[in-house]
Amino acid sequence: MYSTLDISTDKIEQDQLYKEMGLSDDEFASIKEILGRKPNYTETGLFSVMWSEHCSYKNSKSLLKKFPTKAPHVLQGPGEGAGIIDIGEGKAVVFKIESHNHPSAIEPYQGAATGVGGILRDVFSMGARPIALLNSLRFGELTTERVKYLFREVVHGISGYGNCVGVPTVGGEVQFDACYEGNPLVNAMCVGIIDQEDIQKGIATGIGNSVMYVGAPTGRDGIHGATFASEELSDSSASKRPSVQVGDPFMEKLLIEACLEITQCDALVGMQDMGAAGLTSSASEMASKSGTGIEMRLDEVPQREQQMTPYELMLSESQERMLLIVEKGREREIETIVEKYGLSACTIGEVMEEQVLRLQFAGETVAEVPVDALAEEAPVYYPESKEPEYFTTFQQQPDYVPVVDNEEEMVLQLLQQSTIASKEWVYDQYDTMVGTNTVVTPGSDAAIVRVRGTEKAIAMTTDCNSRYIYLDPETGGKIAVAEAARNIVCSGAKPMALTDCLNFGSPDIPENYWQMAKTVDGMSAACNQLTTPVISGNVSLYNGSNNQSIYPTPVVGMVGLVEKLDDITQQAFQQAGDVIYLIGETKAEFGGSEIQKVLEGSYFGKAPSIDLELEQQRQEQLLAAIQNGFVRSAHDVAEGGVAVSLAESLFANELGCAIHLTGDATTQLFSETQSRFIVSVSKQHQEAFEQIVSDIHVLGEVTDSGTMHVHVNEQEVIALSTSEMKKAWRESIPCQLKSKA
Amino acid sequence: MKFAVVVFPGSNCDRDMLHAITDALQEEASFVWHTETDLSPYDGILLPGGFSHGDYLRSGAMGATAPIMQAVKQEAAKGKPVLGVCNGFQILLEAGLLPGAMLRNESLSFICRNIGIKVRRNNTMFTSKYEQGEEIILPIAHGEGNYFCDDQTYEALQRNNQILFTYSNNPNGSVQDIAGICNERGNVLGMMPHPERAVESLLGSTDGLTLFQSIVSNWRESHVLNT
Amino acid sequence: MFKVKVFVTLKEGVLDPQGKAIQQSLASLSYDEVEEVRVGKYIELMVEQREELEKRINEMCDQLLANPVIEDYYYEIEEAVR
Repeated sequence: MYSTLDISTDKIEQDQLYKEMGLSDDEFASIKEILGRKPNYTETGLFSVMWSEHCSYKNSKSLLKKFPTKAPHVLQGPGEGAGIIDIGEGKAVVFKIESHNHPSAIEPYQGAATGVGGILRDVFSMGARPIALLNSLRFGELTTERVKYLFREVVHGISGYGNCVGVPTVGGEVQFDACYEGNPLVNAMCVGIIDQEDIQKGIATGIGNSVMYVGAPTGRDGIHGATFASEELSDSSASKRPSVQVGDPFMEKLLIEACLEITQCDALVGMQDMGAAGLTSSASEMASKSGTGIEMRLDEVPQREQQMTPYELMLSESQERMLLIVEKGREREIETIVEKYGLSACTIGEVMEEQVLRLQFAGETVAEVPVDALAEEAPVYYPESKEPEYFTTFQQQPDYVPVVDNEEEMVLQLLQQSTIASKEWVYDQYDTMVGTNTVVTPGSDAAIVRVRGTEKAIAMTTDCNSRYIYLDPETGGKIAVAEAARNIVCSGAKPMALTDCLNFGSPDIPENYWQMAKTVDGMSAACNQLTTPVISGNVSLYNGSNNQSIYPTPVVGMVGLVEKLDDITQQAFQQAGDVIYLIGETKAEFGGSEIQKVLEGSYFGKAPSIDLELEQQRQEQLLAAIQNGFVRSAHDVAEGGVAVSLAESLFANELGCAIHLTGDATTQLFSETQSRFIVSVSKQHQEAFEQIVSDIHVLGEVTDSGTMHVHVNEQEVIALSTSEMKKAWRESIPCQLKSKA
Repeated sequence: MKFAVVVFPGSNCDRDMLHAITDALQEEASFVWHTETDLSPYDGILLPGGFSHGDYLRSGAMGATAPIMQAVKQEAAKGKPVLGVCNGFQILLEAGLLPGAMLRNESLSFICRNIGIKVRRNNTMFTSKYEQGEEIILPIAHGEGNYFCDDQTYEALQRNNQILFTYSNNPNGSVQDIAGICNERGNVLGMMPHPERAVESLLGSTDGLTLFQSIVSNWRESHVLNT
Repeated sequence: MFKVKVFVTLKEGVLDPQGKAIQQSLASLSYDEVEEVRVGKYIELMVEQREELEKRINEMCDQLLANPVIEDYYYEIEEAVR
């Protein structure tokens, strides 16, 4: 192994070695100015990872400021490992979502597995016990062997890691569109629960306190992972494979138990995961937040490989490692806890007054950099923004009106679309129940996990219809937040807050930046209206492959609170004789719809419109009706329109329904007008329900016929047996995976 | 009745097992770490599910070599009830307390779902509160639940009535649909389905609670007789 | 110092779904001459010189590295320098 210590500062500058690490000429110049000298190789490396988009948000910071982040129930907003909300009774919910897109594109099993591992550490580093995982996945169409391979292996990776650590994977979504073919999205969300008095933070206070390293030894894996995440994928990306980290869920499980026990020990001052940019980010961020500095002796860092250089030790993204700040003289207490789990903890440095990160190696100081320069003073960019031509064209197009010859066939076709079809093949592989708290397992609008020892439960969902956002980022951004809240409300919970994972293309393309700016505007408006602040999140830019950007995909992970277990509601119709209502008006809105994809093979025109005030009013009314016990089932109307929502409501209990609609059949059945719900209400509660909820239309009745009968203008257009529809819906994905491309 | 829930590094259903005993069954239970060597203070031994030692090498292989397993063998020899669920079953197999071995699921994938289980014998300390032949619903959650034994062993299992649970619809390829077996004496049970996940109607099923109630009621009877 | 290469294979007669899947994938890549695939484990041990080396390795295999109910094993011993 060559020694990077031998590379002179002049050579770094002359040969522009900093460019290989992802730093620009201007950035290198400002590093020189900050230091008042030329950086050495290790120092250049520290800046390159900390100033990458992944760690510094340098391209997105100015937009992220627009999100509302405060509310009385928010205990911790963005800036720590994860956000925290108050759920009463001294308890709090901790959650965050994070992307692992690029690693998953290169090595899907490990990429997805380590994505799960990383988000778990973000949550338990706050002192919280992880109680649920969700995953938001996007792939290309299931028509090529490569996409099928990515899909299978990502699911295996999530299953392999999540099941082993013993945190249930309770929900999420999977969608398929051609734009994700070369660049799948793998976003993992973790939700944890904590007693408020136990909340930990990533801080490095107390001069002289010890810096301790806990967990797996450091190897060369994942060096420059943060930088890798901040570049667009190309055909040469596969050669960067050594960059991908390998996960050890067994080690993670031990680390969870050890860290939660350590949380109870008051020798602990602060704790942070060594995630992206490893030791560099954890040390510099903890010190920067606390107005202190850290000195570390890198020879003391546990190492898995021989002859590692300071550069490698600082930039390694080896998994399952934590950095702790411990009261001086009490290190032994931490060691004792950690040893019980067969792990080791060692002291590698001290907190100091001088606000620098100083690294010692083999008796020499190999780096000395101000911590704020690394953690806080990355350049902030305001990339050029330009309205894309396609947007102007789409806005001027006449409304798209699909022509449907046979409604029955269309329903079956829609149910088999990968995005709508049952995801049982996926969640069958996830342990959804470990922890014995999962009340609603995957398949309904939102997953629900009870809070043991209380009458409360947490509802959670991930959502993002990127087609609408592609057509109209501002409107689509509003819809993404509103839809997540709809799912929470349908499950009987009050939407509380959200975490977001902003997956976009390269910000260097002005049209992409415009999409991002507009999306954030839309999301912020919806967050404000629905009082669901953004409390944590992650930005993943440069998503695309071979010069084709993905659709803007700001995945929304939302958490809601079920006040009492009786409120829990699911999408499935419960009993024959119940009245089926549609809440909300239906307009002819087909831009970005599933039926447009089926009939045209592409998306164009205007996205469905959304009125946020109306949205809020309907959500509040529906939630009130649910909390009063008037609603037997609730389901939002999303992809595929009313027809698909009705069919989905029939599956779990294999019931039937008799529906009477008036107006244009295609619009009534397949339009994707927003802010609508399908609910069923027992006859005894009909009157009470109608008094609380406005904009309602009686569609018909739940029956025990086992058939969905739909009449439009008194004429029967659909008579499909529930079992036939369910078969089409359930078998679609397994069938596509089996078929030869 | 006092239960020990044995915790191996990587066990992850240990807390669920404890809750099932203390909250749903309303009996006593404590965690016992795998390095301990004495289980004599307990009336029943529970080996929970999970991934002991990451299930690296073979599931349950390293768990089976833990110091606590000598104590498990001693208490089993005394006739105390010993129940291994999922990974606990795998550990019992690897430790030689039950015959056979576990292979990967035929589908090569992890499977987690509620599934129909037939109670094949109700005259044991684990199943006395079920009906003979009753079909119950229990969750399974495993990647290696494909029970294997040779023909000779299978014949012995049948002859000695050691097969307590079978799958109504075999999910993993196990020999003769086997979901749970006991030793000849009938006091050591290993099963892939998770009874501890089915003890509250809020979570969908209480069919697992019956198993624990059977253990307690049999223990009470014999305890009353012995004292 | 010795390097011990332990090979653990599934016993004949024990179904190997992994091997079957690999065989099918090879066939779909038109390697249809592959009639059977059996997947095993390879374990490398770096062992210090001790008396009764082979006896101890046999014990290690019987006690932990292989499960005699479903697996066979064999090993090779090489001299090695560290």
